[in-house]
Amino acid sequence: MDSGIIVSINGLNKSYHRGDQTIPVLNDISFDIAEGEFLALMGPSGSGKSTLLNLIAGIDQPDSGSIIIGGVDVTTLSETELAGWRALNVGFIFQFYNLIPVLTAFENVELPLILTPLSRAERKAHVEMALKVVGLADRMDHYPGQLSGGQEQRVAIARAIVTDPTILVADEPTGDLDRISAEEIMDLMDRLNQESKKTIIMVTHDPRAARKAHVIRHLDKGILTNADSQNTL
Amino acid sequence: MQILKILFKNAFRHKLRTGLTILSITIALLAFGLLRTVVNAWYAGVEASSAYRLVTRNAVSIIFSLPLSYKDRIRQVEGVSEVSWGNWFGGIYIDEKNFFANFAVDAKTYFDLYREYAIPDDQKIAFFRDRKGFVAGRKLARRFGWKIGDTIVLKGTIYPGNWEFVLRGIYRGREPNADETVFMFHWDYLNESLKKTAPTRADQVGFYMIGIQDPARAISVSGNIDGLFKNSFAETITETEKAFTLGFVAMSDTIITAIELVSFVVIIIILAVVANTVGMSVRERTNEYAVFKTLGFGGWRIAGLILGESIVITMMGCAVGIAATFPAATAFAAAMGAYFPVFKVEPATIWLDIVFSLSVGILAAIIPVYRTLKVKIADGLRMIE
Repeated sequence: MDSGIIVSINGLNKSYHRGDQTIPVLNDISFDIAEGEFLALMGPSGSGKSTLLNLIAGIDQPDSGSIIIGGVDVTTLSETELAGWRALNVGFIFQFYNLIPVLTAFENVELPLILTPLSRAERKAHVEMALKVVGLADRMDHYPGQLSGGQEQRVAIARAIVTDPTILVADEPTGDLDRISAEEIMDLMDRLNQESKKTIIMVTHDPRAARKAHVIRHLDKGILTNADSQNTL
Repeated sequence: MQILKILFKNAFRHKLRTGLTILSITIALLAFGLLRTVVNAWYAGVEASSAYRLVTRNAVSIIFSLPLSYKDRIRQVEGVSEVSWGNWFGGIYIDEKNFFANFAVDAKTYFDLYREYAIPDDQKIAFFRDRKGFVAGRKLARRFGWKIGDTIVLKGTIYPGNWEFVLRGIYRGREPNADETVFMFHWDYLNESLKKTAPTRADQVGFYMIGIQDPARAISVSGNIDGLFKNSFAETITETEKAFTLGFVAMSDTIITAIELVSFVVIIIILAVVANTVGMSVRERTNEYAVFKTLGFGGWRIAGLILGESIVITMMGCAVGIAATFPAATAFAAAMGAYFPVFKVEPATIWLDIVFSLSVGILAAIIPVYRTLKVKIADGLRMIE
């Protein structure tokens, strides 16, 4: 792997089976993601972009090919190893935030840290710092139901960054937000990329969201279509 | 944040549903506890019986008597230390619903043999001196508010007439499972009255109670006693006090088996109720468990969350159920004390409550755990609550 490359994807294939039918989803995908890159994956519905994101994030397994992230081929890891690897290396941001409704913002952000050997005081310091980064230090005792959609997504981002993961993966992070909230979220993600040098891989339909990305890759019917991946939006 | 906090928060996410499930467990364990206590109460007499005592009765049936003269021959059998005798009197106090056990006993030998009944010396002497005297168990005296010196009339059913007695002593059990509801009066009083009113029934005893020196020789001593009266007009059967009491319990064997069966069926029903609650809760949160998985929670941790939630629900029901069992048993004993002289919740019943609750908690979670672990993260994330 070249220096500066954090994610290296080679010859990735993935298909789903429905009865006797085999439906190809990703076809011979190969590309690299540089460390600190902000990549947007775009394409029509059913193009395979979310599947690709799931494979990179280690929550699904390809039929063939390799995904090397930080020197580890995640396609060779067992379920248990993958769970441990995800805890340390991947921060997830979902379209519908996916916060646990019975836990406060603080407790939601603390969740991934339960799996670490950090002490209670250390966990508290990390959570407070993450919530401060996303501008919600004053909302840490609020439950998701007491927050706006934009605030919920910011809590989700705090949860994603609290373990300082190798990559952040975001699946339509603005898909459920109004325009202003969506812009705030994209600004926050941009800031995380610029200031904290976080590598971000984002699936989106929204060209406005994609504008923040350095690189845009288009998928159509499971095939990468743009050779020139620089963001021209 | 501790995992326990998550378990409690998850368990009470649907307060009404969880509350009703806990209530179901509480009622089930209350029913289980009471039914087990009823079964234990049935066997209380067996538990209280002494290995140092034998009982001899008529070989045909307990309702047929034996001659008083047998006592001297029994006393001579090697290994026999004491012999006492008595009759079931079957008297009614005011009304049939005031049932309690009442016996005519040979007072002196009886209290020598039944040392688990403690009676103050002055009361014992007063009882021995008064031919019409009787002693009552502490619970029986309390039940009817009897005091020393009170005159009590029993209406005879086996021995017709109104029989007058004076309370001379109140005994208490030295052991927790001793029966404190028995009424005992002088066998001589009964016998002398019979000599006047029904001479053919005089000098007959219902059963002999025999003290032995060595419980290990109970079988041979029993055989020797019965051998004495072989081919007589009143052959005997001698057995250990435990076997004799078990014989009475065996008459109700089918009812006891039914009660035991019902007590276990209750547990199976509650397993279905808890399994349903946990299953519904987990299914509704498939998406959340997928999120937990993405955050790095492995299979064992996810299983722990579901199992823990199930156990939290069952153990809360268990705690309330156990707490409710004691006052319920006290109320039951107050109402049914005449039929269950020893009615107390045994530690074994509480342990069974805990073991069953834990088992129900674990079993109820097995299928939800299996299903949750089987769901692929990507599929789970697509499921919206």
